Amino acid sequence: MPPGTTLPGVAQRQPPVQQAPPAQRLRLRYSKLGPARFTSHRDFGRALERALRRAQVPMAYSSGFSPHPRISYANAAPTSAASEAEYVELALAEVCDPQKIAAALNEVLPHGFEIRDVAEARREPLGELLQASDWVIALADAQPGVLADAASALLERGEYVVERMTKNGLRSFDVRSAIVSLTVPDAETLALRSRHQTPLVRPDDVVTALRGLDDRVPPRALLTRLAQGPLTDSGIGDPLRD
Amino acid sequence: MTTLSALPVHSLFARLEPLLAQVSKPIQYVGGEHNSVVKDWNAADVRWCLSYPDAYEVGQPNQGVAILYEILNERDWILAERTYSVWPDMEARMREAGVPQFTLDAHRPVGMFDALGVSFSTELGYTNLLTIVDLAGMALHAADRVDGDPLVIAGGHAAFNPEPIADFIDVAVLGDGEEAALLISDIIREWKQDGREGGRDGLLLRLASTGAFYVPRFYDVDYLDDGRIQRVAPNRPGVPFQVRKHTLMDLDQWPYPKKPIVPMAETVHERYSVEIFRGCTRGCRFCQAGMITRPVRERNIETIGAMVEGGLRATGLEEVGLLSLSSADHSEIGEVTKQLADRYEGSQVSLSLPSTRVDAFNIDLANELSRNGRRSGLTFAPEGGSERMRKVINKMVTEDDLINTVATAFSSGWRQVKLYFMCGLPTETDEDVLAIADMARRVIETGRKAAGTRDIRCTVSIGGFVPKAHTPFQWASQASAETIHNRLMLLRDAIRQDRNYGKAIGLRYHDGEPGIIEGLLSRGDRRVGRVIERVWREGGKFDGWSEHFSYERWTTAAAEELAQFGIDLDWYTVREREYEEVLPWDHLDAGLDRDWLWEDWQDALDEREVEDCRWTPCYDCGVCPQMSTDIQIGPTGKTLLPLTVVKPSLA
Repeated sequence: MPPGTTLPGVAQRQPPVQQAPPAQRLRLRYSKLGPARFTSHRDFGRALERALRRAQVPMAYSSGFSPHPRISYANAAPTSAASEAEYVELALAEVCDPQKIAAALNEVLPHGFEIRDVAEARREPLGELLQASDWVIALADAQPGVLADAASALLERGEYVVERMTKNGLRSFDVRSAIVSLTVPDAETLALRSRHQTPLVRPDDVVTALRGLDDRVPPRALLTRLAQGPLTDSGIGDPLRD
Repeated sequence: MTTLSALPVHSLFARLEPLLAQVSKPIQYVGGEHNSVVKDWNAADVRWCLSYPDAYEVGQPNQGVAILYEILNERDWILAERTYSVWPDMEARMREAGVPQFTLDAHRPVGMFDALGVSFSTELGYTNLLTIVDLAGMALHAADRVDGDPLVIAGGHAAFNPEPIADFIDVAVLGDGEEAALLISDIIREWKQDGREGGRDGLLLRLASTGAFYVPRFYDVDYLDDGRIQRVAPNRPGVPFQVRKHTLMDLDQWPYPKKPIVPMAETVHERYSVEIFRGCTRGCRFCQAGMITRPVRERNIETIGAMVEGGLRATGLEEVGLLSLSSADHSEIGEVTKQLADRYEGSQVSLSLPSTRVDAFNIDLANELSRNGRRSGLTFAPEGGSERMRKVINKMVTEDDLINTVATAFSSGWRQVKLYFMCGLPTETDEDVLAIADMARRVIETGRKAAGTRDIRCTVSIGGFVPKAHTPFQWASQASAETIHNRLMLLRDAIRQDRNYGKAIGLRYHDGEPGIIEGLLSRGDRRVGRVIERVWREGGKFDGWSEHFSYERWTTAAAEELAQFGIDLDWYTVREREYEEVLPWDHLDAGLDRDWLWEDWQDALDEREVEDCRWTPCYDCGVCPQMSTDIQIGPTGKTLLPLTVVKPSLA
């Protein structure tokens, strides 16, 4: 039986209502700090949807039997990593003042999440604009000189592969190819600029690599993303405006 | 809201934080959820830690904890925080690092609070109670605790027979917690103001002497040579022989939760729930909840409407559950569902009604609640497969009722029905259970005719019956795990072998073993405490989770710990009790007249039914005169109050 036909006598299921196209698309930069860093991207998704309803933001909805608010997430930081620069795109059913949306959300978002910037969406998809990230990797109790030596050793390599258990099993990542720069501001801190490539190399993969080169590198790192955006000669640009 | 302030006084967060990155789903341990509250420790006279002894994902949605959290925190002199069971990976890290059981709200050590209130909906949480108490740094046994340790206070339905955990708790509270929690708070405050007179025992005596709080340590249990209880009696002056349950009489005055916590971690129920009434007088004989929460007390349509609107605004949730023990029995349920469906039509808000009544009216309600066209599945609970069985359990529904209901459902566009049953009911035979297969066949046959399609399904969900305290079946023999298993296999084969309908019928069942342990714990006495402790010492935890539950660990511990008393697991479970036997919970008063319960048990054996007292004369179960209460039902004739819609200006 082709889809859409029904047998006589069968009650018709009501066809899903077609939703109007969005009136406006906004892109937001938000931070994820303190206890909120322990949220997964799915946890944040639920929290954001509820905050949008509490703030009565006029969201555009998808069509179908179970309509969802139209939200696009891009390149979320891993669970337990803090971030000053996470991005999300909202599709609205009515044109709104972006600053008012940001303020209304900040009234109702859970502790640790804050909208830091907002702008109307540009033509390029958000995912394509997020080409690289700046990370601070804090490694408490690292002995003086250890991080600097390990970082130089890694940068000398043409390739360095580490393995990580993912949902789909053990996967290999070439850490070296993702590193744009890796410096050591102080004995217990690394500053990493990394390229977003496929598969994505995470800052904890870099720590794994450093530990592979020198087992004195402490295992537990506190990760904080400072920025992400287009990779230019002068650094990382603003994905909302540049 | 977004500024990260300095850590609250006594916060363990700095010691906790390094552990979080090493465990699965750390978000469940950090708190900070929308609507959670952190109060000034030093400004509070009385400090509560509320707990549900299971993982956050199960415990967080608990309605009882949510209600008490709000009511207590609304008082400026009371502070309430929450703690849940930590998973074994976190427990191991905490023990290594010496981090004690902590609260989510301000990450304070549980051992510092005045009271640790633990809500038990199921007896399978008892081992987790021991983990929480132990991780909090307290002595396992109430008798060994010292001044400064929190009072461990058990509540929830399982607290109506707290004897198996009598050694581990300081107090048990029977019944509704709203006023009880405030009364305990008052008593603690007065005791502190009086210079903590008499120390810990002085406080417990103040609680016990009210007759409204059970302090197990103030009662002694004597046993007969054959193992039965001889008597339970207070062991000091000022402690009454009987302890009564609490009954909240005006639910409209207590519209909680108003702004429940919105979890960031994923939980089992993510909806805003309104209890539309409390209590049930349908009189199903297996149902402990129906017996111990009498009388029926309704919330009126105005309060329900205001709670739904306020709750959605305060949480941002989209799903609303209209909860009760039998929601279709609310005297104004037709108006409640229609008016709410009107109000939220066209929005993304979805309404649900746990519908267990089997009649056509139920289908009308379900149709109202699914106006957006999603008509996937309906659930009914005939509970017993044969007419005879349903008379024994007093589930007054005939097979023809069910079939007519199902026909109506299928002709209004529903495509699946789920039927709930129990196995192992008193007097049950193989034939009674096999009748479930016949009923499911008739459902499919009728459904195919009514719907005009073969594309319909019936799912039979079946669980083992566990006799509970304060019900007419408290004297009954529990069916053995083997009996349950054999009957379920017979049923499975009967369904599988049916060539016409078998493929349209799904069967879901649980094995009978956890039910036997639940049976031991629900009708156990103080001697069972040794079994619980032994199981816990051998690693028992999260007994409600099949991956953690070990039947063998329980049966071995029961055999070895109970042998010294000349009794065993079967003695507590499959043994039928006589009228004269003193039951472990006889001194705890749920309002039900013991002789009425016994008569109802005899009526069950005679397959005699009893009507609902909401619509027929009182049959003297004893609750209303005993508790000075009365049934409170409408209709009130009221309607939803109009909403004042103030849209924020975002343009």
